[in-house]
Amino acid sequence: MSSRPGRTEIRRAARSCEVDGEQRLFFLTILAQPDRLRLVRAAVSEAAKASGCSEECTRDIVLAVDEACQNVIRHAYGGQPGNEICIDVRRSDEKIVFDVMDFAEPVDPDRIKPRNLEEIRPGGLGTHFINECMDEAKYSTPPPGVGNLLRMAKRIA
Amino acid sequence: MSCEIRHEGDVAVVALSGDIDLESSPKVRSALLDCVGLKQAVLVDMSSVSYIDSSGVASLVEAFQTARKSDTRFGLVSVSQPAMRVLELARLDRIFSIFESVAQGIKDPE
Repeated sequence: MSSRPGRTEIRRAARSCEVDGEQRLFFLTILAQPDRLRLVRAAVSEAAKASGCSEECTRDIVLAVDEACQNVIRHAYGGQPGNEICIDVRRSDEKIVFDVMDFAEPVDPDRIKPRNLEEIRPGGLGTHFINECMDEAKYSTPPPGVGNLLRMAKRIA
Repeated sequence: MSCEIRHEGDVAVVALSGDIDLESSPKVRSALLDCVGLKQAVLVDMSSVSYIDSSGVASLVEAFQTARKSDTRFGLVSVSQPAMRVLELARLDRIFSIFESVAQGIKDPE
């Protein structure tokens, strides 16, 4: 699978995420590299606040989406530069939904599990943070041309 | 993100501020390991940390473990609310020595 999607693949990915009853807040395509994560956090924070999320809820959402993007950068793309991540943010009356998509080789979701927190060691906390901060987090069947799709949802509170 | 180191007696105080994320955490890791490598007690002032992610937490854990191996004191000071939330999520608030102030951390006899 190409890790450099064309506009057609990105438009198709955006269309495939549209769900009745949800309003798109933004669809963002970024380079999959650490210096772009600040932009993601800023955009996600504003979207959460504008949707009525509290400060605590917004912080949790920002952490989860940041960690999801980090997983893509570090694991799906293996730190290789020049790849892209698409983030689709939608909201309904009661929740805000984040789809994080990459164009890497599909990853077996069963291999992505949080580690045992009793082990005190560096690393391996990203998936745990995502699960703790979001009400739902699940790898879904990606649209054609997309490698992996992580869908996360948080009740607006 | 900024990372400033000052010395108060035998203690190295590493003051972190801003966002500690995947981009900036290597700098934090390097600074903390350098201080721990001097076999000097290290206090990390986190009062101005606005954000920390799993990579930043990993830097703290690595420094903590390295310090423990060499019987060197390592503690956190004035942890900001956003950073404390993340430490609690990782259940590390029960593992790290956490002090209300640098003065309290320096006085701690442990």
